Amino acid sequence: MSLLEITDLTVGFDTEDGLVQAVRNISLTLDEGEILALCGESGCGKSVTAMSVPRLLPPDTTRLSGSVTLDGRELTTLPEPDMRHVRGKDVSVVFQEPMTSLNPSFSVGYQITEVLRRHEGLSRRAAGERALALLELVGIPAPARRMKEYPHQLSGGMRQRVMIAIAVACSPRVLIADEPTTALDVTIQAGVLDVFRDLRDRLGTAIILITHDLGVVADIADRAVVMYAGRAVEQATVTELFANPRHPYTLGLMKALPTAAVGGRLAEIPGMVPSPLSDPDECAFHDRCPRVQTDCRLSRPQLVRQAEGHLAACFHPGGQS
Amino acid sequence: MILRIDNLVKHYGQVRAVDGLSLEIAHGEVLGLVGESGSGKSTVGKCVLRLTDPTAGTIELAGRDITRLSRRAMRPLRRDMHMVFQDPFSSLNPRFTIEQIVGEPLLRHKVADRRGVSERVSAMLEKVGLRPEMRSRFPHELSGGQRQRVGLARALILEPKLVVADEPVSALDVSVQASVLNLITDLQRDMGFSCLFITHDLSVVEFLADRIAVMYLGKIVESGPKAEIFAAPRHPYTQALLSAAPVADPVRQRERRRIVLGADVPSPVDPPSGCRFHTRCPLAYDACRTDEPPLTDTRSNGHPAACHLITADRIPDAAAHR
Repeated sequence: MSLLEITDLTVGFDTEDGLVQAVRNISLTLDEGEILALCGESGCGKSVTAMSVPRLLPPDTTRLSGSVTLDGRELTTLPEPDMRHVRGKDVSVVFQEPMTSLNPSFSVGYQITEVLRRHEGLSRRAAGERALALLELVGIPAPARRMKEYPHQLSGGMRQRVMIAIAVACSPRVLIADEPTTALDVTIQAGVLDVFRDLRDRLGTAIILITHDLGVVADIADRAVVMYAGRAVEQATVTELFANPRHPYTLGLMKALPTAAVGGRLAEIPGMVPSPLSDPDECAFHDRCPRVQTDCRLSRPQLVRQAEGHLAACFHPGGQS
Repeated sequence: MILRIDNLVKHYGQVRAVDGLSLEIAHGEVLGLVGESGSGKSTVGKCVLRLTDPTAGTIELAGRDITRLSRRAMRPLRRDMHMVFQDPFSSLNPRFTIEQIVGEPLLRHKVADRRGVSERVSAMLEKVGLRPEMRSRFPHELSGGQRQRVGLARALILEPKLVVADEPVSALDVSVQASVLNLITDLQRDMGFSCLFITHDLSVVEFLADRIAVMYLGKIVESGPKAEIFAAPRHPYTQALLSAAPVADPVRQRERRRIVLGADVPSPVDPPSGCRFHTRCPLAYDACRTDEPPLTDTRSNGHPAACHLITADRIPDAAAHR
């Protein structure tokens, strides 16, 4: 049994235009100390998949089916008061924008100690000491001084480190990081990714990293799930995925990177993502796919084993390169 | 030269956004201006287009000093230079149709009547890969990539000599970004405009630019031909920037030696003394803290850098120092 198991998860949202299917039949697992990347382009469902774990989705409009278990405990049906205990303690989240996710009117120290006092029942003094250690853990210089400062006094990179410190304050089993470095400069990004690596190595934290950046995936993740139009289209260890991408969409993403230019041109993926309002019984990628054949329009390819630990949902997957 | 900037200074109150910057762009050349947030790269673009008034320095467009021209005197010159913005959502008027948006510069500069506008707009939309029926659509009906094509069409319809593009593909997904980058390459080759391409993304300028200038805290620290900058970056900051951008290849990425920069980016309100990079530079020594290194082309090969080590004829290698 894995630490976290998501089985046949489907998530839709009620909207004025009807039911929008954001995630369809996703299954994945996450082991202790593992960094799993969820990657894909805007609207592919990567964030919704991850946010289903701490149930940070609007309760009134969300239609969710399937199962999410943490240590064998079902989370989708857990009563809200119990869920509140899971959030922050067992599962915590780091968001993309560190300025809007910190409260501007409280000091950094207050925001960290609040979590520790609420979830761990620590005294003010004990929480303060722990907070100091946490700021040190995430590589913030002069942490004692930083404790008294307010978010606006910190740079973007430092704010994100504070967010990570808050997220790991109660030693969560699972840390969900949603585009944690996208708003940061590249020289700052490198340091923040090191913090995640360090947390995994020292505390054994399992991390779900949501990112659109294949460079970040290559740098830090152990395994990756590539999503397209709400479904997982490929899943493999990172080395295997980059060495032998099987799904044409994965390959398309890799070839579209500016660094992959051939003869001064980039490989484009023509067309657009299909509407999340309908779901015809066909491969969702077929009208953009260079390998499309008749069968791709007749039924939907399932995620099947291509090699050891390598799954892809394609009738005509690329071979071993 | 289509553009010559000499010792440009732009201060916003206390913020020294651009602090003595010189650069040139030749006819038909694409210059990639690279820097991180707060480096002042966007301010340079705004000064060039006179969207903001420079504090000091001169800007010449095709040999003519435009630094202090009045709004009225600038108006005819606006035919020759245009801007493409980052955000394809907020830079298009939501109440205008695509035809009105793309045709507006033609009417403003009175180069076509209503009927002529319609024809020119159709031709331009075709050039940027949009179908003619898009003319009657509104921006909200278009995808991000399509909107950015509209932004390009609007910028290019007067066939300007200079295009300032500020992060034009940064808000786009990779697959869409690829098609817009290909399009910019094609248009630039066909129409021959010069381009100041402002971005934080090194891989984008590696694909697109002829020459690259790297900015740090309001100044250029290094510039040169693209191939030179990527093969043999000279300034420690450029070296760090190149080493920090992860490559999409786990085997290579995990073997790479990264240069981890100390400290945060200092505030442009109070930039460090001496070399502005010294607070983060792994190679900084005494002189760097007191004297500002000049941008010098020691090998006279069009690849100047501003570093005391280079002036002292040593080769900086930030990666060797940890």
